[in-house]
Order: sequence, then structure tokens, then C-alpha cells
Amino acid sequence: MTPAPVDWLALFAHFLLLSLLSIGGAITVLPDMHRVLVGQMGLISDQQFNAAIAIAQASPGPNVLFVAVMGYQAAGLVGSAVMLTAIMLPSTTLALLVARWARGRREWRAVQAFKAGMAPIVIALLLAAGWILSVGTPGWRHLLLTATATLLIWRTRVHVLVLIAAGAVLGAMGWI
Amino acid sequence: MRTVSLMIQSSVAPARPSSAKDLFLAFSALALQGFGGVLAVAQRVLCEQRRWLTKEEFVEILAVGQVLPGPNVCNVALIVGDRFFGWRGALAALAGMMTVPLVIVLLVTAVYAQYAMHPAVAGALKGMGAVAAGLIVGTGFKLAGALRVNPMGLPACAAVGVCAFAAVALLRWPLLWVLVALGCVSCFYAWKRLRPGASPAPETR
Repeated sequence: MTPAPVDWLALFAHFLLLSLLSIGGAITVLPDMHRVLVGQMGLISDQQFNAAIAIAQASPGPNVLFVAVMGYQAAGLVGSAVMLTAIMLPSTTLALLVARWARGRREWRAVQAFKAGMAPIVIALLLAAGWILSVGTPGWRHLLLTATATLLIWRTRVHVLVLIAAGAVLGAMGWI
Repeated sequence: MRTVSLMIQSSVAPARPSSAKDLFLAFSALALQGFGGVLAVAQRVLCEQRRWLTKEEFVEILAVGQVLPGPNVCNVALIVGDRFFGWRGALAALAGMMTVPLVIVLLVTAVYAQYAMHPAVAGALKGMGAVAAGLIVGTGFKLAGALRVNPMGLPACAAVGVCAFAAVALLRWPLLWVLVALGCVSCFYAWKRLRPGASPAPETR
């Protein structure tokens, strides 16, 4: 299972590239990761690939950690470190540079226009993400749960963890 | 003295972190509450509990974080950290966001295989997923309040938002093209609406 050093280098380089392509988050380059890790290199199985995403979503923290899980499945802690570093390094560097550039020019009309123009799109993308997550599952009970959580987080100060725990309990009892 | 403000703001956030360590701890704490995505928790903690950012500032930072490649919440952590304590702050916030969750996710991976097939575990995952979707939508509604002070005006914001939602959620067009095409139109309109004179720069993005 463990790849040769040359393969590691190729994988590292490929993930550096994917990092720069991952506009909207690492999830957007998921299809290409599947192509390389499962198809081309055979490092992990289809089941492992899906499990990695499920685990990262069910665990606390950013979803990009699914990359660390895949690296771990492929080659233990070293694999995890290599792949997570590769997917993070280019995008974090770029984010810092661009944010600083824009901060230094915040009085510019162009920078102001960018922020004003992108704001409704950013908010629509959040709603779209919620929509895509909701319609993927059949049945109506989970929709009810999603709608309830939406209202509670929007209109009340109930703690996020309370909502997550309630969802876990309802799901474990087989209500969904 | 560095100010906490960007532009298009209706208000300035009343508080700021006391140190890079403060940033690290705050981002660790919020990452640990973020099951199925950290954005909802980040908005709550940064805007409502710590009050380091206003809603408008959060939307602005999220816009930058979302247009750039990389995980949105990680970009937000970097930018927020950088704003208060430069690159030390950026590293502290990102490390806070990633370190403890990384350890947890690897531990979960190690034990997951034994329990993956258990119906209660699968059900719990489904329930958490449904709630996580609701948290994202609720956060979107909350942040929509920031559009009231947007220089484009509410009707234009609503039109752009509806188009973006339809393209991404319903038509499932590639995000990149939606961002480029709709982003250009929207930013150009905003540019027209902003009073000329303040800026020597042409539209660059």
C-alpha cells in the first residue's frame, strides 16, 4: 500500500496544485482527489474515501481534515502530514498575501466594490451549501430537523453543541 | 496604531483579542464546537460572543476567504489572525483551528472501522448532518442582515443572491464560473454605485 518516494513526491506536487484550484474549499477538488488516490495510484479504496469524508464531517473542526484522514489511511501519520501540508501550504500563503494587499488598499473604490459586490454571493453560497446537503438525503424528517436547526440558530442563542447533540440523539434512536 | 475597521461598515467591533495565545485558544474552542463545518460557530463566536468583528466585517472577510482557493474557514482564521497580530496571529489562529481537531479526527479514524456498520452510529451521523445543514442556512440568514448597509442596495443584493443560489444549488454550475461571471457583474455594479473620486485604481478582480 505504501507508495515509493517518487510517488510521494508526485502526490505532494499534485496536492500543491489542487490547493490552488480549491476555490470554495477542498470539497471542490474532491473528484480529482478520487481520480488520483483511488483510481490512478490505488492508495485507498472507495469505501475508505467515503469514510474519510464522513469522519471529517462528524468530527469537530474544518472539513479539510478529510485530507489528513485519507493520508492516514494511505500511509499512517507520515501520509497524513504530507497530504495535509500540501493541500494547505499554497492556499494559506495566497490568502495571507491577498488579504494584506487588500487591507493596504481598503480605501480604493475597486476594493470596496469587490467587497460590496461579493457579499450577496457569499451569503447565497451558504444557503446553497445548506440546500445541497439537505436534498441529497431522501425522506422528510431530516428536512424538518434541518428547518428547526435553521430557525433556532437564526433566531435564538441556543448553543450549537446542544443542536448537534439533539441531532445525534434523534438519529441514533432511528427517528430520521 | 492599527484599526480594526475595513470599509462599508456601519460599526466597528468593540473588542479585540489580547494576544496571539488568546487567538489560538479562541479558534481552538470554536473549531471544537464545529461539527460538520465551522462557519456557523465562527460567526457566533467572533461576532456575538467575543465581538472581535461586526457582521459586516465577517461577511467581507468571508468574501475574500471564499473567492480565494483553500478551506474557507481556514482562510477566515488566517485573515482574522493577521489583522490583529500579523503573521504570528495568522499562524496562531490557523493552528488553533487545526491542531486539536486533527488529533481528534485521526483518533476517530483509528476506531471508526469497528463501529461504522452499527445502525445507531450511522443514524447519529445522519442526524448530525441534518443539523449541520440547518446551522449553515441559519448563519446565511443571519449574515443577510449585513446586506442592509451594502452600497448596492437591497434589491440588487437580492437579485444577485437569487442568481447565485439558483446557479450553484439548482443548476449545479461549477462554482468557479459562477464566481467569475456573477462576481464580475455584481462588483462592476457596486463599483458604479460607489461614489467616484476616492480611488485611483481600476477594477482588478
